[in-house]
Parts: sequence; C-alpha cells; structure tokens
Amino acid sequence: MKIHEYQAKQLMAARGIAVPQGRVATTVDEAVAAVEPIVTETGNPVVVVKAQIHAGGRGKGRFTEYPDVGGVMVVTDGIEGGVSATEQAVSGLAEKMLGSTLVTMQTGDEGRTVNTLYVEQGIDIDRELYLSILLDRTEGRNVVMASTEGGMEIEKVAEETPEKILREVIDPAIGLADFQVNALVRGLDLNGDAAKNFVQFVKALADAAVAWDSDLVEINPLVVTTDGAVMALDGKMGFDDNALFRHPEIAAMRDPREEDPAELEAKDAGLSYINLDGTIGCLVNGAGLAMATMDTIKHVGGEPANFLDVGGGADEEQVAKAFRIITSDPKVKGIFVNIFGGIMRCDTIAIGIVAAVKEVGLEVPLVVRLEGTNVEEGKRIITESDVDVIAADDMKDGAAKIVALAG
Amino acid sequence: MSILVNKDTKLIIQGLGSTGQFHTEKAIAYGTNMVGAVHPSKAGKTHVFEGETDHSGVPDRPDTYRVELPIFASVAEAVAETGANASVLYVPPPFAADAIMEAAASEIALAVTITEGIPVADMVRAKRYLDDKKTRLVGPNCPGVITPKQCKIGIMPGYIHQPGKIGVISRSGTLTYEAVHQLTQLGLGQTTAVGIGGDPVNGTNFVDVLRMFSDDPETEGVIMIGEIGGTAEEEAAAFVAEEMDKPVAGFIAGTTAPPGKRMGHAGAIVSGGKGTAEAKIAAMTEAGIVVAPTPTDMGNAMVEAMG
Repeated sequence: MKIHEYQAKQLMAARGIAVPQGRVATTVDEAVAAVEPIVTETGNPVVVVKAQIHAGGRGKGRFTEYPDVGGVMVVTDGIEGGVSATEQAVSGLAEKMLGSTLVTMQTGDEGRTVNTLYVEQGIDIDRELYLSILLDRTEGRNVVMASTEGGMEIEKVAEETPEKILREVIDPAIGLADFQVNALVRGLDLNGDAAKNFVQFVKALADAAVAWDSDLVEINPLVVTTDGAVMALDGKMGFDDNALFRHPEIAAMRDPREEDPAELEAKDAGLSYINLDGTIGCLVNGAGLAMATMDTIKHVGGEPANFLDVGGGADEEQVAKAFRIITSDPKVKGIFVNIFGGIMRCDTIAIGIVAAVKEVGLEVPLVVRLEGTNVEEGKRIITESDVDVIAADDMKDGAAKIVALAG
Repeated sequence: MSILVNKDTKLIIQGLGSTGQFHTEKAIAYGTNMVGAVHPSKAGKTHVFEGETDHSGVPDRPDTYRVELPIFASVAEAVAETGANASVLYVPPPFAADAIMEAAASEIALAVTITEGIPVADMVRAKRYLDDKKTRLVGPNCPGVITPKQCKIGIMPGYIHQPGKIGVISRSGTLTYEAVHQLTQLGLGQTTAVGIGGDPVNGTNFVDVLRMFSDDPETEGVIMIGEIGGTAEEEAAAFVAEEMDKPVAGFIAGTTAPPGKRMGHAGAIVSGGKGTAEAKIAAMTEAGIVVAPTPTDMGNAMVEAMG
C-alpha cells in the first residue's frame, strides 16, 4: 500500500523524525490559510505548494490544463511582498492545481487528478542527499541505502556511479548498529551539527521502518540546511499489505481515489486483479499461472487486458464476481479462462462461469481451458449448459484460439 | 532416491484448522506418514482421519484408511513423542513466523510452510532465527514438496505426479502443476517437486534445491520455474553455469507484467528496473538453461535440454 507525501511526513513527525513545517489543503481557502502560520513559525517567507498524488516525478511533471504549472511550485513572492503576496500567489496556484490533471513520467499520459495539496515551508538547502530503507531479498534483511547524489533517480546513480551508493544491511536482532551509522556519516561526508542530526535521523528512521512494517521508505532528497538541520524534503513510503492488520492507523491512510476502481472491487472480493491495456481478459487460478497466461497471450500475438488470480480456494460466487469484473471492462474483446485445478476444482470454476454468464450475458468470445482436479465434471457442466464456450486443449492452444477470435 | 522427503519422512502438522485438516486428509489418503499434530488447546486429544485411499500415492495399501492423529502442545513434545523429522505449517499468517521458529527450536529437519500472507518483517526475523538452526525451511507461500508415491507434503494434487527422473523447483504453485503434468505425460516423471514459494523472503532458494538435485543420483534433469522480482533466478543461473552437470530447463513468468505492480505473489514485482523477466531469461540462457517460451513448452524444453 502506498500513501501520500503529506501522510508520510505526518508519520515521520510522530516519531520525531525531522520534516519541514507543512499543512494539508483540499480547497483553495485551506491552501491560503496555511501560508501565514507556516511563514510565522519558520520565519522563512518562501513556501512550496506540492501536489499530492501517488506517483513520482512531480517536480518535472506538468498539468494538462495549465502547462506552465508543475507539481511542485516554489512561491517566492513573499520575499518582497510579505505574507499577503504569498497568499495571493498560493491562491492562484491552488485554483489551478486542485481538480486538474498532473502528468509525470510515472503517471502515463492520462495523468492523475490532484485532490490534495501540501503547503510547506521553504528550506535553505546546503546539500541534497539520498536515503532509503528497503528489503534486500538476497540477504532476507532490510538495507539502508544512502548517497551524496540526492534529488537524482537512485536507479540512475546505481547504474552510472555505483560507488556513490552506501549500503548497510540491518541485522534484525540488533538493529542498525552505531558503527554502521558512523560509516554512513563518513561516506556522506557529514560534519558538526549536520552529522549529529543525521545520526538521529537515520536511527529513528531505521526503527520506524520496522515499527511501520514498511517495505520501502525513500527520502529523496534528504536535505542538510544551511544551519546544519537534516530533514526529509520528500518522503515516499510503501507498506507490506500483509502487515496492515496490525497498523489500522496506516491502513486508514489509503486513498481510494489513487487506485483503480476495478482493482479495489476485486480486492474486496478476495481476488487479485490488475488492470492492463490489452483486449484479452484473463481468469486464472494461481499468481504464476496468471502471469504466464498473460505472457502466452502476448507470445501468440495478443495483448492481455488484465491479470486475475482467483486464488486456490475461491468459491463459485468469487469466480462469478471475477467474471463480472472482466466482462464489465469495455476494452475486453475476448475472455480466456485458464485453470489448472489443484485445490481449486474445475467444477467450481465451471459452475461460477455458467452462473455469471447467465446473469450478465456474454458478448465476446470465451475460450476455456480446464485441467486438473475434477476436470471431467467441469467440462461436463460447461458442455451441458447453453453457454457458448470454445474448449482448448492446453494453455497455448487456448491463448491462440482467443487471440484469433478476438482479432 | 529423491530429495528432502521420502517414504521414511514422518510428518507432523502445525495449524490443524479447516485448511490444515483438509490437506492432512489428502496427505494421509496419498500415503504420507502423518504422525502427529501441534495444537496447544487440544493437546492430549486425538483427531481421527478416515476415508478412501488415494491409489495414485504410496502403493500396496488397503482401499480405506483410519488414522488417529495424536495432538501435542508443542513441536518439541511432538518430535520427542513421535520421532517426526518434518513439519508442515498451515498456521494463519499473523502467527506463522512464530510457528516456524518453534519448529526450528526443536531442530526438526524440515519445516514446509504453506501459509500465504506472512508479514515480511516477521519472515526477516524468523530467517535470522533459523541462521544457526539445523532446520531447513521450505516456503512460505508455497504448494509444498512431493516425492511421487512416497510422501506428499502440501496442497498439490497428488495424482498428476509420477515417479521418474526430473527434479522440479518453482516459485509458483499452479505452474509447478503444469510442469509436473507435462513431465508425467512425456513419461519422464519426477524425482521430487519442490515449491519454494512466492514470497520475497523464503527459507530455501533455487540454488539450495539445485545443489540437492545435482547430488541426487536419480535426478537426471531439472526444471526451474521462476518469475519476476528479486535476483534468485540470476543466482541460480550462475550456479548452473559453474557447478551443475545435469541438463536444466526453465520458464520465467511475468514478461508482460507492468513495472511497480505486485503480480499476486508478494515477491512478484519489478521495482527500480530490477527483477525483470528479460534479465532472468537472459541470465538463464547464458548459463545453458533451455528456457521455454510458454509454460506449455516446459516439458519439451526439458526433452531438448536432455538432448
């Protein structure tokens, strides 16, 4: 699960991790009202207005409706004109940004509608660093990654100048040890107050990452201010969905507007579904087989419209629900049901499909491949129904048939 | 021969809920030697399993079975009383990592964890705990381990398997069944099929199982089935290139998966340009592994690899 930058900063602030002063706004009035207290508290006349969407690259992103406005706007009007000039500028920006569509390199051309802004204090930046905590799968442990190259894409740094990335693997029984923190301080060339503040920051963040069950905490950039403070200028966080049951306060931060409605509906029904761009709808049991079904469709010249894993223990009702989600997608020009029954029985799938077709109708070709547990019974149920189904011998045969039929 | 499990495997179950009971029934029907269950609140009682024998499993058994499974308060007690050398875990996700550590504390040889949805942080701690223990963890989030007609641990359908000469290793359950089914149809059969699971942190990896298959005289070839996410397949490819004399075929799922999206399995995600199917296929091909273009071609890829 992902959250917004402002929510990440709220979580950090609550654990004593330094973040800039900021306020959330969902209306123009709230954005304007945020200015005066921030400027008064920080004594800095500059504020920054940041669009809140679940995608990176906001600074370089542009609004479709207002190509001169980016996702992160620095407002300097207050330096000469005082608070009222800042308020006026923020008002104009919020007017344009709220409800408009921000396109970044991560959103695709369709962009994302901005519903929330974060108004933040300006920062006098001395240095921009990079800091993240994430799982190293080979180690089976979390790793702290840090770099002097803040503000850049870390993948690019890793590719071009891998020696500039510092890594410290965290022993879960010990936590991030002092000698490891010291190595980071040296590697980042931090001294004096900045070093002291960084030590506090990274230790608190490492503890927090475990406490939150986050699968990624990325602070890019982590800034050192001209007076030696160290704070998170941006904050990207992801959380382990499997651990959300013990973090109701984080689960409540979910913003359904940032998620695909069909994916949410599927999740509520206990199905694993991901919407894609192609035309062949897929209904499969098992995550690996569901991925492989998409690959096979592509291999024979088609494009999958979705990933859908009904799981090992789905009942007829869930299968019917899965079928309805696929048929309600207007992109879908053909449906491929691919089942290898293990725990999941082929007759359960067959009953679910027949029920769903009877209920919602079938306007596109349907190819079904059944194999495994109770396969004969499954095939009989489909044959004896009046549902118009093309049977497939195996997975590749089924993929070829549906791609040919769907054009 | 075979790896990990065979006719001498004595199995206990941790997590005798409805799912655990269902699969215990199937395992006993297959002929797996189930010797006990761990369930603190029912300790001292027994659970009776009876039904019709699955004749696709261990041969030469009567048509019906009746097993009165003793229930123990702890893994340690179950191991002491029964001499069990393997445990299968169907414990619900919030408690599963603790159950894994309990199994490891008893030094039981094998702990096969079927449970899907264990928090990653819990697995990080459990894996750390296992570092200096003798117990081998397989999974979590896996279909289990089967040596055909000897021992079935997990949720796979037994009847698609057939004793033979190919070892199967996979991160995906249903794709394992595809490979096994094809190997059976081709008459190659399986020595042992091992599901290592779809989670980002697991107990046993491709390299561990490849090494075991490499050392197993009956295994003549190996199919490894990977998917997007992580670099375990690349590490496996390096092992195959450097240390493996037996032919290896493979398949990687997720060529069409969009980056940044978790494809069902917690571990199946391409992030930061890492873990792509292309990189894995390239590394495997480079190592001399015959990579099947679609899952339907896995059996044939094995035949090709064996020359």
